[in-house]
Amino acid sequence: MVATESAKTTRTLVSTRINGEETEFICEPRQSLLECLRDGIGLTGTKEGCNDGNCGACNVLMDGRLVNSCLVLGVEAQGAEIMTVEGMAGPAGLHPLQQAFLEQAALQCGICTPGFLVAARALLDQNPDPTEHDVRFWLAGNLCRCTGYDKIVRAVLEAARMKPAAANVQAVHAGNGMAAGASSAKATAKTNGKANGKG
Amino acid sequence: MVTTARPRTAPKTNGNNANGNGKKNGKNGNATGVLTGSNIVLTNGEYNVVGTRPVRHDGMDKVTGRAIYGADVKLPGLLHGKILRSPHAHARIKGIDTSKAAALPGVKAIVTGADIATGEDRVIDLGEGSGNVKWMRENILADAKVLYKGHAIAGVAATSALIAEQALKLIEVDYEPLPAVTEVRAAMRPDAPLLHDGLTTASLGKKTKKKSNVAKHFQFVLGDPDKGFKQADIVVEREVDTATVHQGYIEPQNGTAMWGQDGNLTVWCSTQGAFAARDQLSEILDLPVSRIKVIPTEIGGGFGGKINVYTEPVAALLSRKTGRPVKVLMSRADVLQATGPTPGSYVRVKMGATKDGRIIAAEAEIAFEAGGYPGSPVGAAAECVFSPYDIPNGRIDGYDVVVNKPRSSPYRAPGATQAAFATEQVVDELAQKLGMDPVDFRLRNAAKEGTRRIDGPVFKRIGCVEVLEATKRHAHYQAPLGGPNRGRGVAIGYWFNIGLPSSVAIHVNDDGTVHLVEGSTDIGGTRASIAMQAAEVLGLTAHEVRPSVVDTDSIGFTGVTGGSRTTYATGYAAIEAARDVVRQMSERAALLWEVEPENVGFKDGTFSAGRKKLAFKELAGKLGKTGGPVTGRGNVDPKGQGGAFATNIVDVEVDLETGKTQILRFTVVQDAGKAIHPSYVEGQMQGGAVQGIGWALNEEYWMNARGEMTNASLLDYRMPTSYDLPMIDTVIVEVPNPGHPFGVRGVGEVPIVPPPAAIANAIAAAIGTRLYTLPMNPGAILEATGVI
Amino acid sequence: MATVWIPSLMRELTEGRQTVEVEGSTVRQVIRNLEVAFPGIRARLCTGDELATHINVAVDGIVTRMGMLERVQPDSEVHFLPAVSGG
Repeated sequence: MVATESAKTTRTLVSTRINGEETEFICEPRQSLLECLRDGIGLTGTKEGCNDGNCGACNVLMDGRLVNSCLVLGVEAQGAEIMTVEGMAGPAGLHPLQQAFLEQAALQCGICTPGFLVAARALLDQNPDPTEHDVRFWLAGNLCRCTGYDKIVRAVLEAARMKPAAANVQAVHAGNGMAAGASSAKATAKTNGKANGKG
Repeated sequence: MVTTARPRTAPKTNGNNANGNGKKNGKNGNATGVLTGSNIVLTNGEYNVVGTRPVRHDGMDKVTGRAIYGADVKLPGLLHGKILRSPHAHARIKGIDTSKAAALPGVKAIVTGADIATGEDRVIDLGEGSGNVKWMRENILADAKVLYKGHAIAGVAATSALIAEQALKLIEVDYEPLPAVTEVRAAMRPDAPLLHDGLTTASLGKKTKKKSNVAKHFQFVLGDPDKGFKQADIVVEREVDTATVHQGYIEPQNGTAMWGQDGNLTVWCSTQGAFAARDQLSEILDLPVSRIKVIPTEIGGGFGGKINVYTEPVAALLSRKTGRPVKVLMSRADVLQATGPTPGSYVRVKMGATKDGRIIAAEAEIAFEAGGYPGSPVGAAAECVFSPYDIPNGRIDGYDVVVNKPRSSPYRAPGATQAAFATEQVVDELAQKLGMDPVDFRLRNAAKEGTRRIDGPVFKRIGCVEVLEATKRHAHYQAPLGGPNRGRGVAIGYWFNIGLPSSVAIHVNDDGTVHLVEGSTDIGGTRASIAMQAAEVLGLTAHEVRPSVVDTDSIGFTGVTGGSRTTYATGYAAIEAARDVVRQMSERAALLWEVEPENVGFKDGTFSAGRKKLAFKELAGKLGKTGGPVTGRGNVDPKGQGGAFATNIVDVEVDLETGKTQILRFTVVQDAGKAIHPSYVEGQMQGGAVQGIGWALNEEYWMNARGEMTNASLLDYRMPTSYDLPMIDTVIVEVPNPGHPFGVRGVGEVPIVPPPAAIANAIAAAIGTRLYTLPMNPGAILEATGVI
Repeated sequence: MATVWIPSLMRELTEGRQTVEVEGSTVRQVIRNLEVAFPGIRARLCTGDELATHINVAVDGIVTRMGMLERVQPDSEVHFLPAVSGG
């Protein structure tokens, strides 16, 4: 069967809220939400690992529900509230999960990290005090090939213990070049490379 | 005068808890106490920065989704490229008709093997190994034959990915299918279908003129193994078969290329080595390296599988034809079917011991599936197979064999895991027959400094004994394990680690911070480990050193991020560059103080001459007025890399009804020489262990009779998930490598070597039956126990 | 004199000997002197004037990328190994 030119098939305007912002995009019915986010809107934080729902790298929250965006059609996002990894940090700073991932060294190559952060966020939203078993079961839909999961699980458990306010203003220690002003001396000693208890 | 950074205090034992606070328990590193805790560092010397756990410099971008990986690259006018791949495992290509595809609106260019000049049968140095140019080109786009299902045949560039995919369906290829062979011993038989008409077996330099799928045979002999076996009181001989497995990185391969009308080519890709990619592109495309710029993006895992190029040359050819940038992304199915997995193998190991527990002779035959083209890591396997042991008589034969599977690529300590799966089971059986504790038996025969390996060279300072001793002391090894169908296994692995050149430049800023420019793609935290080494020399904090990973135009030649070399070699270059900075700044201080430069000392971040002192930061502010900017450089090609040993202790429980093996507890003990950033060393240990667990219990390529992979998805090529595993406890032992200023040994690869063998030993202890085939999946266990 | 370890598959050229003492202050000189004592061995180790690409040379236990140019001390050990790679 000879394929015909597809460019002129029905395109749809989709209205949605992404990371709290009203956003519109145009897509063909066949396009996945993943494709729309990455190529249409330019939010490349959500990743493609397999495109058939088996790795979780494309996880986003849709109306509060954890989904594989490679298995959601773009048109299904009409009227929905979408959260991607780009929406996890707030004006006050990183989400505790992001902070914990940095401090616990829960990422190596980082390609699976957006999916894990979104998935873990969904877990903590509904179960703020999970056990190790809860965390491992919930995250079984996210594949990581670098870490062996140990430090990821520890980071999620640590984030559950952190109070939201404690995550403020840790940006300085993640290497974005701002002066080391606002953090506690303990955090400074731990993360700016001096031996513990010194300097 | 430059003072080399030295440890500040005497060796201590650090017991670290899970979130990395260095809680010293005050134990001496030589004590015989039990080792407890999830992540232990038996540290050998404390420093200001080295050995601490700062947040990595690129961490912020990676947890916020801002980091740019290869598939995220966007350029104006971008076209999308897709690749047509062979459905046959072995076939001649009689003709390719692209006319219908070219007529599809939106298609801008099509390329086939005809667009690559025929490669000469010549071998070039790729830095981490050599490559045959003809075969490299044929693997990118097939010439007269396809040698595996998934072999690339043509590339299409179009205005959308969908149109490019539709165009692939319109390309007509006339195939003459040929019989396929997909298993190593079958491929070695004299009646096997031959993949390459001109391939004859080369036996270490001697061309035998024998047409064969065996491309290479080599042999190591030490002493007199036949006599040694006669003198042995106990001999155990076993054969193992291991299935093909894939590196399994979560990010598929990608490449974006812009070949301008001025003849200059720019490529963006996720690669383990921008310079290795540049060299390959130069050879494949017949373009001088001066005209090629490779910009390494962030990379989503490699493990050796992203050293060879796949999509980049096709994207480049399409760009040349269209005059526009072209991006080619691989699908997951293509990744599994067309990028190099690690070889499936056959390994035979025979070992003989005297009744007082000394291994007196060893023999191995190792045959590896190289895939469609020769070049498997069978040589590396031979260098590792018996290397944890001091054995006076040995013989190792290695065979590199082509089969109709994708051309193999390195996978984390390539070859060593297959070899250890055989050796460590034989060692376990010998220990059992002798009535010896398995760790004690290994200690009795452990390789040490001065031990001669069967492949010939003598070990320098190594940590084999220390790793085994720490294993014995670990609470896991001493904990009772009760319950039916439960068992404990141990194994040890070795990897030699490599050197290769690296180049680093350090620019001093007038606020006392420095910018560090390097060319090693950061897959596991090496921006941090490299910056920390420079910081230690300069007396700065880790975050006062600001590292960047740059493209091939912007730094000197740097070898791949692989081979466990990055923290060692690029770190070494950073140390040299930092020392160069100190030298130059000492001259500036001398100028200011009107003394001779050799009278200026530098210690703890301060320059001094007599009573005069200036902190690094203060002197940095004066550079503009004392001669201009200071840039330090370090170019190294170090030869003192140190090999590494790792052991596993694993407890399993086997369900005899379903055949499923549950990992109850897992501990990795490894010699890192000096752990620059212990969290990322632990990460390598844990990640490699889990890849090994997947290899042991489940991963394999299911090939049907036509040579097609039938499980080319992450559903059916199933890798371990968080729910399959417990925590992976770690012990870092530090036996310093004399070939590095801080004692660093490579850590990335050895963790994957012992797990399958340790798990096999644990299963044997649990159910009284040994498995000699990988994977040891439920079906294999039920067959071995006679249930099915 | 340096001690050269002969790969087992080449010992047919060295009367079965596992090691041979050879003069030379570089790998090139050592191979040249080896060829004088055991004709035919050079062709197995080299392609033209360079080490064959599938062969590495280790001097005193360290594999060198400098091939023929690597210095050899009077008490050095020289080994020829198949070229290997990592991942």
